[in-house]
This record gives sequence, C-alpha cells and structure tokens, in this order.
Amino acid sequence: MKKKYMNPYMAGTMLGIVLLAAMFFAGRGLGASGGIKYCMVSAVGAIDNQHAMDSVYYSKYFEDGKKPVKSWLAFEIFGIVAGGFISGAVSKRLKFRIEKSPKISNSRRLVFAFLGGVFFVYGAQLARGCTSGAALSGMAVLSLAGFVTMAAIFGSAYAFAWFFRKNWI
Amino acid sequence: MGPLSSHFIFPEWLELLTAFLIGTGFGFSLEQAGFSSSRKLAGMFYGYDTTVIKVFFTAAIVALTGSQIMSYLGWLNLNQVYVNEFYLSASVIGGVIMGAGFIMGGFCPGTGICALSIGKIDAMVFVAGGLAGAFLFAETYPLIQNLADANYKGPVKINESLGLSPGLFTFLLVAVAAIMFRIAETAEKKFAQPAITDEV
Repeated sequence: MKKKYMNPYMAGTMLGIVLLAAMFFAGRGLGASGGIKYCMVSAVGAIDNQHAMDSVYYSKYFEDGKKPVKSWLAFEIFGIVAGGFISGAVSKRLKFRIEKSPKISNSRRLVFAFLGGVFFVYGAQLARGCTSGAALSGMAVLSLAGFVTMAAIFGSAYAFAWFFRKNWI
Repeated sequence: MGPLSSHFIFPEWLELLTAFLIGTGFGFSLEQAGFSSSRKLAGMFYGYDTTVIKVFFTAAIVALTGSQIMSYLGWLNLNQVYVNEFYLSASVIGGVIMGAGFIMGGFCPGTGICALSIGKIDAMVFVAGGLAGAFLFAETYPLIQNLADANYKGPVKINESLGLSPGLFTFLLVAVAAIMFRIAETAEKKFAQPAITDEV
C-alpha cells in the first residue's frame, strides 16, 4: 500500500532548507532545466562533434577540454533522480506507468507530455531558468527576474488551462 | 562565513558530490510533496489540488527568511550568493512559453525528472521533450539572440525597485502568502475532484 504524501507545508519547509543549503555551500540556488541542457550539449558533442565545435553556442561548453556532463547542473539532476527514487522506494510508489485522466488515451497523454517538455525547456533557456532556477531560487534572493518569471509561468498556465482542460479534468 | 565556495576551492569531485547531494535532497523533497504526479501538479490550474502553491511559497519563504537570518548572524554573505540577471523580455516571453508547456505536459523540468525516477512513463517522455526543446533552442539561438538579450536590467532586487528594505518586503511577502494559502484551501473545497485526488 502506497503511503500518503507529506503535508505540503512540511515538504515546502524541507525544500526550502535544501535551497538554503545550496546557497550556503555553493552560493547558488536550485536548478533543473540547466542540467537537461548540459546533457543535451554533451550528447550533441558525442554524436556530431564537428557541428558542436563549429557552433558558437555549443563550443563554449567544451572550451579547455571541459566535459559538459561533469558540471554542477548535470550532477544536480542526477541527484534529483536518486532522491526521487529513494523517496518513491520509502513511500512504496515505484511503478512503471503512464499517469493520465481516464478520459484520454495513452498516446494523447504522451504526445502532450512530449510537447510540454519541448515548450518548457525552450522557454527556460530563453528566460535563463525554469520554475526552480529562475522562479523559486530567484524569489529566495529577492531577484526581480524571479518574481517576474514566476508570475509569467503561473499566469500563462492559468490562461491556457481552459484550452487543455480535457487532458486533466 | 558562507557561502563556503567563496572561501575554498573545492576539488572537482567534491563540488560534483555536493551538487549530487543537493540534487538528492531536492528530488526527495519534490517526491514527498507529491510532485511526481502530473495530475496533482495540474490541479493547481483547475483548483482541485493546490499543493504547488503551498510547497512553492513555503520553500521560497523558508530560504528567504533563513538566508536573511544567517546573513544577520554573519554566517552567510548574501553579496556572494548569485542573484538572477533580469532580462525583461526574455523573462516574460520565456515564462509564457513555460506556462504553456506546464499545462500541456503537467510537469516542470525538476518535477519531470523527479517523476521519471519513480517510473512515470509520461515523465520520461516529458524529459525527452525537454532535451528536444534544449536542442531546438541551441539550433535557433542565432535567430532569437536579440530577443534573449533585450531590455537587460542587471541583477535587480525587487525590494530595491519598490524602495523597501529586504526585511519589510519579506514580511509583506509572508503576509501575501498567508492570504494565498487561505484562498488555496478554500479553492480545493470549491473545485474538489474526488475522483482525481483519491487516485493520485
């Protein structure tokens, strides 16, 4: 029997302490989309090295023999996988499945999941951070960018919610 | 004294280990909060589950007040902590694109990675889409570089642009959060979807 989720205010406090630890140890916030970018850059470098070296965008991640996957942001997301897995194991929630509304098909759920990922990370590269790196970590250091990004993400999701309601309710 | 990284040069293995452990705490907290479930996250935008705002604002306030107390006690030099650079156009347009992705995919990047770790196949597909999105950005970067760099304002702090002290702004933010938490609790009753919340 799977366990119930933690009280949200408790879980939020725990998350805030983790963010505080990142500030104390490394002088930085939390992040997720950046790690995805580093993994992608690393893959491009492995698959088409010439293309990566010719590009202004990719080549800066390989300067001085650097390996993009051996970076703070990439290791942080490897940690997210480990931490999520530990939590899922402790609370008996480990299971391969597609989570979706019973009103939609598996393929519809997966198509929208893929598109959502494309949009989210594209937007995060433009805004220089996602919900964690820009919004949450930004707000914790009183950055105006953090508050504006947070308002834009949530405002936009509410504005579009009506169009995608069939997927969820 | 903190951040420790401003005093010591960490060897690479220790820096990467720290990143991994911070990430582990991050992923554990997200999963315990229930952010490994897209239907729970999406509840925020239909009112039936408002865990997102409760966890998000609680975390921001804990880190914000905690860092200011640590700064006051001399344990953390806030001038050495990264403050996000503000590119007005990119923040707004990027945020709008992210919001659209949120409601389509049901995850943000952090929660998507967390959810794939417990076996959610939709989250694996979301993160694959995320890799594609990062690739698309890299390939289209020359086209949107001007937009990405437009209206640069520097690492602006919100309290300074409002002419408030950090302490007063934090106090006001806590008050606003308390009101939002009340509204959120009411919304969950009004827009309740027991069929969904019992299942997730």
